[in-house]
Amino acid sequence: MAVPTIVRERTPQIIVLAVILALNAIISPGFFSIEIQNDRLYGSLIDVLNRGAPVTLLAIGMTLVIATKGIDLSVGAVMAIVGAVAASLITSGYSLPATLAGALFVGLACGLWNGALVALLDIQPIIATLILMVAGRGIAQLITEGVILTFNDKPELIFVGSGSFLSLPMPVIIWIFVAILAILVVRRSALGLLIEAIGVNRRASTLSGVNSRVILLAVYAVSGLCAATAGVIAAADIKGADANNAGLWLEMDAILAVVIGGTSLLGGRFSLVGSLMGAMIIQSLNTGILLAGFPPEFNLIIKAAIILIILIVQSPASQAAMANFRASRQTVAIKTESREHAAR
Amino acid sequence: MRTLSLLAATAFATALSVSSAFALTVGFSQIGSESGWRAAETSVTKLEAQKRGIDLKFADAQQKQENQIKAVRSFIAQGVDAILIAPVVATGWDAVLKEAKEAEIPVILLDRTVDAPEDLYLTAVTSDTVYEGKVAGEWLVKEVGDKPCNIVELQGTTGSSPAINRKKGFDEAIAGHDNLKIVRSQTGDFTRTKGKEVMESFIKAEDGGKNICALYAHNDDMAVGAIQAIKEAGLKPGTDILVVSIDAVPDIFQAFVAGEANATVELTPNMAGPAFDALDAYLKDKKEPAKWIQTESKLYTPADDPQKVYDEKKGLGY
Repeated sequence: MAVPTIVRERTPQIIVLAVILALNAIISPGFFSIEIQNDRLYGSLIDVLNRGAPVTLLAIGMTLVIATKGIDLSVGAVMAIVGAVAASLITSGYSLPATLAGALFVGLACGLWNGALVALLDIQPIIATLILMVAGRGIAQLITEGVILTFNDKPELIFVGSGSFLSLPMPVIIWIFVAILAILVVRRSALGLLIEAIGVNRRASTLSGVNSRVILLAVYAVSGLCAATAGVIAAADIKGADANNAGLWLEMDAILAVVIGGTSLLGGRFSLVGSLMGAMIIQSLNTGILLAGFPPEFNLIIKAAIILIILIVQSPASQAAMANFRASRQTVAIKTESREHAAR
Repeated sequence: MRTLSLLAATAFATALSVSSAFALTVGFSQIGSESGWRAAETSVTKLEAQKRGIDLKFADAQQKQENQIKAVRSFIAQGVDAILIAPVVATGWDAVLKEAKEAEIPVILLDRTVDAPEDLYLTAVTSDTVYEGKVAGEWLVKEVGDKPCNIVELQGTTGSSPAINRKKGFDEAIAGHDNLKIVRSQTGDFTRTKGKEVMESFIKAEDGGKNICALYAHNDDMAVGAIQAIKEAGLKPGTDILVVSIDAVPDIFQAFVAGEANATVELTPNMAGPAFDALDAYLKDKKEPAKWIQTESKLYTPADDPQKVYDEKKGLGY
């Protein structure tokens, strides 16, 4: 069969995404219609791509961290810190490149902090990153002094969140760019393999010559950079840094995206494409719920129920059952074939 | 030299005690500074105290009840004349309020109430969130007149009391006006990001926004986010879609100046003013105030010199 490996490996995610998009189209008939408005593509599907940007970016970094058998709970808080840094830099008169550089640098520093706790001090990742998750919002509030730091008069930074390029919203361009870059770096070099090796058995890989400390530091740093990018987008989108709410609970959505994407929390094999699809599945679900017009009390219940179904379908038990079913059909097919053969 | 400085210190101390004999000393236990509104409440309280010559002792609890209880106990130990509390939660206040009562120090609650027997505190100064929703609804009823109007509603955090009450008040105001109809209602969690995202979906779901005549947001932040979504959809907020919200934070006045919002109902940060007035009457004339003092829910529109209000509000630390 000429089905590319990537499609065969991601079949469950493709099916789930297709089903959810189809449901959305039933709920809201205009879901797939895309038109040009103010020189940019405009429609619910574009909203999914655009609104999904933060979780997608977080999921890219999170996938690499999870592949090393780690987890990064701090990404939501890092978004808040970086948003606050970006807003305060741009309002103090720094240029856009300086602001972005400063913001990314802070994200990198946050990532290296997590990485140092995990790689150098051997603190368990869930605890190591919990520290910044808890402290991060406080830091962000110190930077914004407890207010929503707005920059309504800085179109250059606002452009990052709500501008468009090649008719696509900037956040979409940014996450696609980051995703391609990450996939190329990880899969066109041995890096991906080394990350997986650490996730499977850190000691064994260290003993066989993998510099696991540097690689662990690097994956947390990448996660910090991804969170920083998401933080700048989130702040630019609302023309202000909201230290209380920026990125709130998004670490959970990012972890969920990675899991739905087929990467195990136990580390080892990972799929960036899977995580991207996971993020799109979550965002399609969110957008669908908003379009459906149910009372808001049902939002979380509907989301939880659908995610439960997805996870049940993807669970090892039902995968095994599917495999059995397929195998038995194959045996039947082979039997009939051989019988026909014998008859001839 | 030493005698001289000692003498000066004594003189200074005497001067202090003389001045405090005239002025009231009031302790204020604030929740923290989790929002711009809270910061404004703190600075207005300090201003109001200064205006009346009250010596205000301020304690920031950093969102923790145990810090508030500690602060109240230390106020009692210092023998202040009265205590203001903006309680972080409703329960668990009985013991410390009893201690204050035994020390005969009146306690006034600001902004929120507590689940404790009413005789343990002098009064509570809060806004009426149902009434706020009602003021917003009544404005819209008057604004659209007899024209049919489809309203979309951005609710606050699901299940939170301001969200429930602001919805209730608005529903009461538009009840009986069949030309006004809420066609979509969804939570925006009181945040700009969600306000924008949900408004985008409202616009898509309601024929590109052509079916929407007005937006009612439970707070200004969601309205500010939604205004951006309306603009990005190629519509004019304030004209194509009327925008009415609650809180009166400075940024909504900027939207007024730009002609992008139409009305907001103020949740005043001045809870201390009425509290000090009630305290004054109580201490001077032994006049017991009502158990609940409702603050004014003032309606602002672009006709109220938004630039001036913006500048004034911005100075309060929002």
